[in-house]
Amino acid sequence: MSRRVTCARILLLVLVATFGFGDELDFYLRSEPKTFNPILVADDSSETIRYLTGGVLIRINRQTQQIEPDLATSWKVSRDGKSITFTLRPGVKFSDGTAFTAEDVKYTMDRLMDPSTHSPTGDAFRSGQGTVRTIVLSRERLSVVFPAAVAGMERLFDQVPIMSATSPQREFAVLGPFFVAEHQSGAYVLLRRNPYFWKRDESGRQLPYLDAIRLEVQPNRDIEMLKFSRNEIQLITSMDADYFDRLSKAAPGKAVDAGPSLDSEQLWFNQVPGSPIEPYRLEWFQSHKFRRAISSAINRGDLCRVVYGGHAIPARGPISPANKYWFNTRLPVPQQNTAQALQLLREDGFQLKAGRLSDRHGHPVEFSIVTNAGNRMRERMATMIQADLKGIGISVNVVTLDFPSLIQRITETFNYEAALLGMTNMELDPNTQMNIWLSSSDEHQWNPRQKSPATPWEAEIDRLMRLQASTLNDARRKQMFDRVQEIVVEQAPFIYLVNKDTLVGVAPTLVGVTPVAARPQTYWNIERLSISRGRAKNGK
Amino acid sequence: MKPARVAATVVVVIIGLLCVAESLLPRFDYTAQDRLECSSRPTGKHWLGTDALGRDRFARLLHGTRVSLSMAPAAAAVSLCLAFLFGAVPGYVGGLSERAAKAMIDLMLAMPWLFLLLIARAALPLNTSPQMSVAVTFLMLGLLGWGVPARVLLAQSRRLRESEFLLLACATGVSRSRLLVRQVLPNLLPVMWTQFWIAIPMFVLAEANLSMLGLGVAEPIPSLGSLLKEIESAMATQSYACSFSALLVLVVFVGSVQIAFMRKEVG
Amino acid sequence: MLKAIAIRVLLAALTVAIGGLLSAVLVRCAPGFGVDERQLDVRLNSDSREAIRREAEDQRDISRFYLQSLTRMVHGDLGVSPSLNRPIRALMAERGPVTLRLVAIGLALSWASSVLLVLGRWTLDFVWFDTLGRLISGALLCIPTAGLALLLVMLDLPAYLAMALVVLPKSYQLLSSLLGAAASMPHVISAKAKGAGAVRILGWHMVAVVRRELLALIGVSVGIAVSAAIPVEALTGTPGIGQLAWQAAMARDLPVLLTVSLAVIACTVLANSGADLFAGGQREGG
Repeated sequence: MSRRVTCARILLLVLVATFGFGDELDFYLRSEPKTFNPILVADDSSETIRYLTGGVLIRINRQTQQIEPDLATSWKVSRDGKSITFTLRPGVKFSDGTAFTAEDVKYTMDRLMDPSTHSPTGDAFRSGQGTVRTIVLSRERLSVVFPAAVAGMERLFDQVPIMSATSPQREFAVLGPFFVAEHQSGAYVLLRRNPYFWKRDESGRQLPYLDAIRLEVQPNRDIEMLKFSRNEIQLITSMDADYFDRLSKAAPGKAVDAGPSLDSEQLWFNQVPGSPIEPYRLEWFQSHKFRRAISSAINRGDLCRVVYGGHAIPARGPISPANKYWFNTRLPVPQQNTAQALQLLREDGFQLKAGRLSDRHGHPVEFSIVTNAGNRMRERMATMIQADLKGIGISVNVVTLDFPSLIQRITETFNYEAALLGMTNMELDPNTQMNIWLSSSDEHQWNPRQKSPATPWEAEIDRLMRLQASTLNDARRKQMFDRVQEIVVEQAPFIYLVNKDTLVGVAPTLVGVTPVAARPQTYWNIERLSISRGRAKNGK
Repeated sequence: MKPARVAATVVVVIIGLLCVAESLLPRFDYTAQDRLECSSRPTGKHWLGTDALGRDRFARLLHGTRVSLSMAPAAAAVSLCLAFLFGAVPGYVGGLSERAAKAMIDLMLAMPWLFLLLIARAALPLNTSPQMSVAVTFLMLGLLGWGVPARVLLAQSRRLRESEFLLLACATGVSRSRLLVRQVLPNLLPVMWTQFWIAIPMFVLAEANLSMLGLGVAEPIPSLGSLLKEIESAMATQSYACSFSALLVLVVFVGSVQIAFMRKEVG
Repeated sequence: MLKAIAIRVLLAALTVAIGGLLSAVLVRCAPGFGVDERQLDVRLNSDSREAIRREAEDQRDISRFYLQSLTRMVHGDLGVSPSLNRPIRALMAERGPVTLRLVAIGLALSWASSVLLVLGRWTLDFVWFDTLGRLISGALLCIPTAGLALLLVMLDLPAYLAMALVVLPKSYQLLSSLLGAAASMPHVISAKAKGAGAVRILGWHMVAVVRRELLALIGVSVGIAVSAAIPVEALTGTPGIGQLAWQAAMARDLPVLLTVSLAVIACTVLANSGADLFAGGQREGG
């Protein structure tokens, strides 16, 4: 009898495996996740795990870029913008069955805002000196009170997965659609569906549709491409343009260009006084006419066409057009104009003789551009910029460095002349870029940690950014930030090059994927993704 | 074997002449970007097609071969000289120097020299000319690549030290330094030649990998190593076979040199 | 005898200790030490950035850090990886067997292939065999490790084949060269003239003469294989110590790099000392 039962069970398992109740989505992480603690997340792979497992009070719909209720059914922001009161969804449980209450939110906020935690998410909430208090009003109501107004505060809660205050599993007890079931260091992370996930679809079926997600660690994009083309993985969350083109030709249905992303690539010059570069070069870089001349000499159209295969658009400013609300539509599309470039340089005292440009003191104009080694797109862009600037008599040396060396040069020693890097924008609200625009900040790349603004235009940007951060009216904030964008384009501390497209690979068997600009671009609606029935198990 | 040696020698000479002639032929500009014909197939204008930035692949192959095949053998020679100095000589001398040499070779083989290369890069000015960057890169490779040959040479010279003919020569009053040069060195030459030919492609490839650290050949100068790195994406994206031209050149060169200079062996 | 072994062990330990210190100094002095990618996170405030900078503070005094690390290692505590936030002991325990397997199988395959090729050349007495062997191994030397790894992934072949293909050309070329030199020795020519068989000549007269060099080559090939583990594992996505070492190098993770360096130096010293031991030990004087 027991043998028959065993055989029946085996047969059932075989049927289940064949006909789709055991759907597992496979895709790759580019690096080992550094933490599973959601409040300490600072790298892409950990962010992926956080998104797939974390439950948040308010969720930004990545497609509409609007906020939606999630674990909080409603909320109210006070008039002074200093506090927010949540009403929580009743009857929700963590993945281990522990009940979700306001105490868990308090616990999470207390840990998030603890200064000793140094959480990037927590720092984004810090609007002023003083402590953040979370007041539990009832089992399902609470208030979070900030020392100063936080503009756009609701959106920030999209990055705060709630942790359990009481579960013995600690951060592994989650409220999101999946939980971490297995982890082998350097190899993979296996997520399984959360049996207590609160969301249901329109027909009342519990979400998520998928049973598991296997995230293997694979930094090599060539191998990722190979495995995808052999259907061993169903998703490529981002890919370079040359792989995209190849995939488009081989399997057109699999390659998706979702239009411009939120990211940008930019070049900037070192303007730090006292930095270990030649003083005459520093003088060039501190001149806005020089910077604008360089900007005018660069053929962004060619960068988009040659480097990105047409899957990018010339960047008009610090915000991508994909950021529908905050993008300043009045900014002009930059065009290459070598005549204008030379005119600006002449106005600054530069002279072009025998194909070589020199400054008023006779120094030939030559500088280096550093970028991170291994990033093919940036290396190609730097080489093309080298050729463009050669056309106006400027000699450029392209230096690729490993990332830690590069970071040290641009943040500590300032031993660089120009740098070409990209900005990965995780969030839409410009408040998250405060540290870039404030002149006193560490991230004010071209001249950080200024005791007082070095130029009138930087002082104006400081004023506008502080003002918009304490304003609750979105229309007024937009006006101020539009002006910031205009100043940045006029003064060119960053020379924005391109906004690259969101290029992803989606297997036809993976249903429900709608790639968008905001991260995570492909699995933002993970609970509704499914694998079409009757397909063979992926070929491992 | 003789016809094979002749043919191989001819191939080596042709490759050498092409590399020298490259600088005399203005038609082959390895920096010019034909941005309307990127990643194109071979045409009358671009014999091996163009790379991702529209640069003529044939011109880049010629120049890259010239850069790599002039610098890699030089680096191999440097590493062999050091291998002889720190391997063969202590093996011949014996005693404490042999022990010390073995310890030094073990450290040479096992330490993370990547970081010394990073320090070297940091010490170089950012505006170092691409030519200087190439020279420094291959010099570093030569200075760091002697561990393996040194170990083998040490063992071999130690055997020779204990051989009868050397003991006999010593007994007849020949000086040790003369023995080292006139007897030991010629017996080590076959292994040294082999090490030399192994080192050339190794250094060519190593130079390309060093671009991850900011060393290696800087744009727009090509090298065989940087051209070989294109193979990775070519394989993944299954693009034109011309991406493999650099591999073909290196394989043909190394193979031809091996055949041309192979010792006639008894047996 | 015991005294000789004790001296050998002491010297090996000293070599490892000095190598570890030198490795730590190299990492400490390399650019990018003490910086963290998190410093580019625009959300962090100045306090958090300062805290990140201070994380590597205890590693700045390298001699003190090294002594403290060695003391801890003696008690079995390898420390914690700052870049991966995990105990290094656990990382090494998980990844060590993977690398050991990769290196062992790869080495075994490469040496077996080299020996077979050499046997084929000397027993079949086919001159072109050696030429072909050298050409093929020369061609393998020219293929980037990344290309080899990718090819194996495309063909669904295991990573240890990449290891074998990386080590094989070097081992075969040197082995062939050593035996070629031995073949021209008078006693070998004499043995052949007297009608001795090819296998006997190879085993008794050629290999025996160059056994020291062969053992040195085997010892050195262990070092080559261990070094090759880094690119092979990184490129094939094999979660071994090589991959860990590469990640640690890019993150300037000194505790991990120190542990891995000590392990690699110890393996190399062990392999080469073992080769010497089998070759008949050290002799003083000339």
